[in-house]
Amino acid sequence: MNGLLSVENLQTEFHTEEGRAVAVDGVSFTIAEGSSTALVGESGCGKSVTAMSIMRLIQSPPGYIRGGRVMFDGRDLLSLGEAEMRAVRGNDIAMIFQEPMTSLNPVLTIGYQIAEALRVHRSLGKREAWEAAVRMLELVEIPDPAERVATYPHQLSGGMRQRVMIAMALSCDPRLLIADEPTTALDVTIQAQILELMEALREKTGMALLLITHDLGVVAEHCEQVLVMYAGRVVEQGAVADVFAAPAHPYTRGLLRSLPRLGGSGKRLATIPGMVPPLDRLPSGCRFRDRCESAEAACAASDPQLQECGSGRTMACPLWCELGSLAATESRP
Amino acid sequence: MSTALLKTVSLVKSFSAAGNLFGRGGGTVHAVNDVSLEIKSGETLGIVGESGSGKSTLGRLMLRLLEPSAGRVEFDGVDLASLPRRELRRLRRRMQIVFQDPYASLNPRMRIGAIIAEGMRVHDLAPRAEVKQQVLDLMERVGLSRDVFDRYPHEFSGGQRQRVGIARALAVSPSFIVADEPVSALDVSIGAQILNLFIDLQEERKLTYAFISHDLRVIEHISHRVAVMYLGRVVELAPARSIYTSPRHPYTQALLSAVPTVEEKGRVERVVLGGEVPSPLNPPPGCAFHPRCPLAEERCRIEVPELKAQREDATHQSACHLR
Amino acid sequence: MSTWQRLRSNRLALSGGIVVALLAFVALFAPWLAPYDPGEFNAAEVLQGLSRQHPLGTDGIGRDVLSRMIYGSRISLLVGFVSVGIASFIGVTLGALAGYFRGIVDTVIMRFVDVMLTFPTFFLILAVIAYLDATIWNIMVVIGVTSWMGVCRLVRAELLSLREREFMIAAEGLGMSPLRVILRHGLPNAMAPVFVAFILGVAGAILTESALSFLGIGVQPPTPSWGNILTEGKDTLEVAWWLSVCPGLAILITVLGYNLLGEGLRDVLDPRLKSR
Repeated sequence: MNGLLSVENLQTEFHTEEGRAVAVDGVSFTIAEGSSTALVGESGCGKSVTAMSIMRLIQSPPGYIRGGRVMFDGRDLLSLGEAEMRAVRGNDIAMIFQEPMTSLNPVLTIGYQIAEALRVHRSLGKREAWEAAVRMLELVEIPDPAERVATYPHQLSGGMRQRVMIAMALSCDPRLLIADEPTTALDVTIQAQILELMEALREKTGMALLLITHDLGVVAEHCEQVLVMYAGRVVEQGAVADVFAAPAHPYTRGLLRSLPRLGGSGKRLATIPGMVPPLDRLPSGCRFRDRCESAEAACAASDPQLQECGSGRTMACPLWCELGSLAATESRP
Repeated sequence: MSTALLKTVSLVKSFSAAGNLFGRGGGTVHAVNDVSLEIKSGETLGIVGESGSGKSTLGRLMLRLLEPSAGRVEFDGVDLASLPRRELRRLRRRMQIVFQDPYASLNPRMRIGAIIAEGMRVHDLAPRAEVKQQVLDLMERVGLSRDVFDRYPHEFSGGQRQRVGIARALAVSPSFIVADEPVSALDVSIGAQILNLFIDLQEERKLTYAFISHDLRVIEHISHRVAVMYLGRVVELAPARSIYTSPRHPYTQALLSAVPTVEEKGRVERVVLGGEVPSPLNPPPGCAFHPRCPLAEERCRIEVPELKAQREDATHQSACHLR
Repeated sequence: MSTWQRLRSNRLALSGGIVVALLAFVALFAPWLAPYDPGEFNAAEVLQGLSRQHPLGTDGIGRDVLSRMIYGSRISLLVGFVSVGIASFIGVTLGALAGYFRGIVDTVIMRFVDVMLTFPTFFLILAVIAYLDATIWNIMVVIGVTSWMGVCRLVRAELLSLREREFMIAAEGLGMSPLRVILRHGLPNAMAPVFVAFILGVAGAILTESALSFLGIGVQPPTPSWGNILTEGKDTLEVAWWLSVCPGLAILITVLGYNLLGEGLRDVLDPRLKSR
């Protein structure tokens, strides 16, 4: 595998009034050049913090990256100076966020904002950058780009703003795009448009995509690899088709089963009992064991590590890994 | 399941938009436009639509938390608009609402127990000495532990707050509940728990729901019948099963196909709709959906289609000239 | 962090709080703290400078300035609290009605506020006092009824936004009367800015009272008030500086203390208000 980004044992913690909370606790994964990887999990699992740590955009205080390495293109991003890191952000790695309204500056035209990145990273002149901005708007399929380029964010709908964000992110040809819940604030028909656009652009530009989402449906339809996070850890990792066809970790299975789905109309849903424990009150051993249907005494004793379970799948549950549960297709509802 | 518990007749709600500093861009928004539907006792009517479809406004009109601009709402045979304020307040006990945002829907300065008990106290539903016991029973029923009685909302997670919101609604023993996106702000595993709670409570207490959501998957799980809304109008109204197996309206079809699912098999051919929902300030003439509709004809640009029963299935209504 | 802890870590607010607490202590225990009766005069000790017997000297008819200052603090605080209390009561009531009911109620109340704001408050007070007796109670009432408009606007704005919050709608949906919704759900959530305005208002009222007394139409002698001590002091400024400096400094420190506390509370209770 040709690793573009490789995160090794990343550890990020927050210091709050209540104490220290380790939001990301030893996360490791690799993203191949041109691939699409989903990072899924429920709120508070650390998926956004992971992304922000890669970009080194964690507000400090209260957040601190305590350990690990983020290797991008042979360099450890965590050891770069602030100026070097700025040259990476928006240039090699770009990011888009959930709320396109607050991510755009309301008093500047969208053309100016797209051109700005080009002028900073590519040292383009004013005129050239402006023309490039128009081309970017065309690329993200905004109608009448030559006129829209001079409009302000509030004159655009949510979907259009997200297209502008994508245009900004892609303006410097990044090799990795990190998209943090890019369609969560959008309606389904608009979400479908944006996701199709992102997929088409990925094919066109050859960039890799790290998509952070809570929506397993989006993962199933738009990504190749998936990382499932729970309480600051990656609990399962593999190819989307494999993981969804035969989820192995009890959390992944529970999550998939509790998903309301079309055509099910099956009234009651299967659920995972209880709720995600607060980071300062994690159970000993496996963090999921309180909610796990197959928990045993051993689960309290040792903290399960990610291990290979065959066919490119890694997982943090020795129980199901040993049981060869990947054949346990009957776990599907 | 025979008599209509709640009925809306040609319901309209318009807001006047202020426009900018110079009065431009102002006008009237028909948030809900000519909606007539019935909800039978004991059933769940799912109301689904994208932002700007008017689904939340419709929910609030049903409870007369908003005054309609035209048309009327009948609850159990009584025209809500004809009721004097005092009578309306008495009737409110029988119709409740559960909100989307579990953070905004609880008074931050009141304790959990007091929030749930308040309705009982106001309507004098239980002797003073028994209120606490009844609140504790209710808390247990919705899945809250009894020792949170004296805690404040900010100490709780979204899912638990939503349980408090449900307990508050149940405290006055209503027969009808409008659930306005109650699981949209919650994580999948928590949302599933809350959805199950709604289903169980309906069985136990013979509740009638108007369940509002933008998520078709959620709507399918809980609804008996589904109303699909687009720009203030109901464009399709049918039993849940038939809306998912044989959607008639092109908008419903597009909506269904846009839902990302984890199944590979049996999914509908994806129709990615072009364009966006038009501004409700300036809706297209004729069928409001025509600019995005793959089937649109000349007639659709002029004539507003009426919601009418399908020839092959009288329970399935659709507002499309062509389907 | 609790509100209290945050307040303690804000040094300016803390010093303001200490000044305010000290003043309250002095006013409360005036009879025990004052070395002399404030009205007791001694013709043999007229305009004495600072001394061991009279730490802040004596005035034109031989009264002990320290004692008069101590008793004067009672007047200042009383006027401050009672008049702002009256203003807050009127402002909160009208503001809540306007914000909750909106429409015509709102229009009428807000236009009334606009009219009230067109009067230069201080001259309005002067005019009213010219007709009424300048008793301390009249002064408090007059300051109160001419300074409620700010609070009214504040509460109205809070209620307008709270009105859209879902717990307010839920309360209405439970069949509660408007009065109950306002009192139980609306106002408790709108009180933080009112509290801040109250503290800042006290500083303003103390200043107004001092000014009125200085002009001779406030609290009437022989009742001691910082304002009328100052008046006396201005006539003898050349021979007895302490007579004007003491009340002047007292007013300055008090007003500063209340302002610092008020600003600090604003930051602590509601960061949104900072920029206003």
